[in-house]
Amino acid sequence: MGQVLSVLDLQKVYEVKRSAFSVQKDLINALCGVSLELDKGKTTGIVGESGSGKSTLARCILLLERPDGGTISFLGRDLLNMPKGELKALRRQMQIIFQDPYSSLNPRKRIFDTIAEPLLFHGIVDRRDVKDKVMEILKNVGLDEDFINKYPHEMSGGQRQRVAIGRSLTTDPALIIADEPVSSLDVSIQAQIVNLFLDIKERTDIAMLFVSHDLNVVRFVSDEIVVMYKGRVVEAGLKDEVFLGPLHPYTKMLINAAKGEYSRREEDTSYDKGNGCPYYARCEERKDCCRESVPPLTGSKDHSVACFSVS
Amino acid sequence: MQLLDVTDLNTSFFIDNNVMHAVDGVSFSVPKGEIFGLVGESGCGKTMTALSVMRLVQPPGRIVKGQVVFEGKDLLGLSEREMEKVRGDRIGMVFQEPMSALNPVFRVGEQISEAIIIHKNVGKKEAKDRAVELLKQVGFDEPEKRYSQYPHQLSGGQRQRILIGIAISCGPSLVIADEPTTALDVATESQIINLLENLVNDSAMSMIFITHNLNIMRKLGKRIGIMYAGRMLEQNLVDVFFREPLHPYSKGLLSSIYGLAGNQKRLTAIPGSVPKLAELPRGCKFHPRCPYVMPVCREEEPVIKEVGKGQWVRCYLY
Repeated sequence: MGQVLSVLDLQKVYEVKRSAFSVQKDLINALCGVSLELDKGKTTGIVGESGSGKSTLARCILLLERPDGGTISFLGRDLLNMPKGELKALRRQMQIIFQDPYSSLNPRKRIFDTIAEPLLFHGIVDRRDVKDKVMEILKNVGLDEDFINKYPHEMSGGQRQRVAIGRSLTTDPALIIADEPVSSLDVSIQAQIVNLFLDIKERTDIAMLFVSHDLNVVRFVSDEIVVMYKGRVVEAGLKDEVFLGPLHPYTKMLINAAKGEYSRREEDTSYDKGNGCPYYARCEERKDCCRESVPPLTGSKDHSVACFSVS
Repeated sequence: MQLLDVTDLNTSFFIDNNVMHAVDGVSFSVPKGEIFGLVGESGCGKTMTALSVMRLVQPPGRIVKGQVVFEGKDLLGLSEREMEKVRGDRIGMVFQEPMSALNPVFRVGEQISEAIIIHKNVGKKEAKDRAVELLKQVGFDEPEKRYSQYPHQLSGGQRQRILIGIAISCGPSLVIADEPTTALDVATESQIINLLENLVNDSAMSMIFITHNLNIMRKLGKRIGIMYAGRMLEQNLVDVFFREPLHPYSKGLLSSIYGLAGNQKRLTAIPGSVPKLAELPRGCKFHPRCPYVMPVCREEEPVIKEVGKGQWVRCYLY
């Protein structure tokens, strides 16, 4: 088993003006020391609510944003200190699938051109063979050949997402990052796309990072789970370890909410954000020591958690 | 005695000589003090049903026929003047997008008082007092301070609370909540759902809760209606529905989300996609995607019939 991706202590800070006319700036820690590893053929699900930093993490790994600290090693190479030319060549090994298939496909291009473009750009196939290759890719994502001449507006959301997935497969990547790939689809279509991801996983050796706020979906596609809250990893581990024996109060709350059991606790707004645990204000199991410092991520590779209540 | 009785409601859109039936023969009723869940995928007509009840359908859409009997009066027979008295006073509405439903240039408190002043014939001072009381009721710790804040100073969940405050400001007997939590995080979602549930329990108010998220309905309300392509396919009691759904579409929906409990390798997806209103199939609108399809389903659309107490289904299997 080869390691595809290793992220160590990743940091990303955004500066935000305090108000429209203010010169003072607030610093927002979008990522605070996030680490994760991903092996060939494995899928890691990243869960958390909006603002937890899960999309920032995805964007930093692809270097769509420049992280402020930490290291990213992809296929054994240090991404952050790499000549531009080499990086460009390595980029075809990593692909992203976005949330909204309505805006991530070019509305003026036929499906054929959308999928053929990366094939020709990277010189993967000859111009002569490109049509066969495009057909093959469409078939792999469950679309018949009639789609080849269609425009995105002639297709439903689920069909468009299939095209986006097909496009990401064109360059035979080592890593696919899927950022909320089913959230904008109808419930009955979501299951189809989730099944497509499972097919790809079975058929190929591609490592996947599956970013989603929907635990039901993540549970289906992932081997490992990383739970993020306010830019930190609060719990991580093998899927069943995390789902069947969640340790962090935040993970427990998320799992209950996914079952339809909603917590009764309101956020304690009187608590001033200090140096303590980022989840303190909402935590059901908080103790005094949680206000003093941020709990470190402890445990084994199979299951780790950042919480003082877990010993 | 039902608070709201909707019978054979039809709302259509007339575009370029085409007629699209956004709501087609929908009937349901909401008893006093109950939550009725209206569930379906995008474009199935659940929002159009709500807007028709409020008589807020905009041209080229029009309510073609049906009855909406609310507190003993047929709303579809009222003049626009009379309808204005019902809207916001007797029926409150909470919209999906708390960002765009609030006016950004007015203080949130004023937006609550506005409704009270219009409907309750009271002065500014008294309206403000009531608004502050409402802010407290929807869970704000410092209602006076919140009263004079602007929408941009509040988070999504807080804005949704303001909208709920506006919806209940005049003590309505029915609140229509249209996807009130879709734009919110899981944790905020649970707070808003708790708040709505408590309001219904405390004030004997009724509610139509519209959502595409079946999981929410697991613990909310007593009865549920499943819509598809403008039609009501099934109505059932919530606890029965999640154990034994009737319609093949409901079964498909449940198995495609039933993630956390099962251990299956694949989700049982419903094949195909949601039909467009302009290109509806003949016969049962679900037949191209139905695993139990029979010849008759392709020819003629089944009618919705009662198969048990409070259980209705539109399918030839029953």
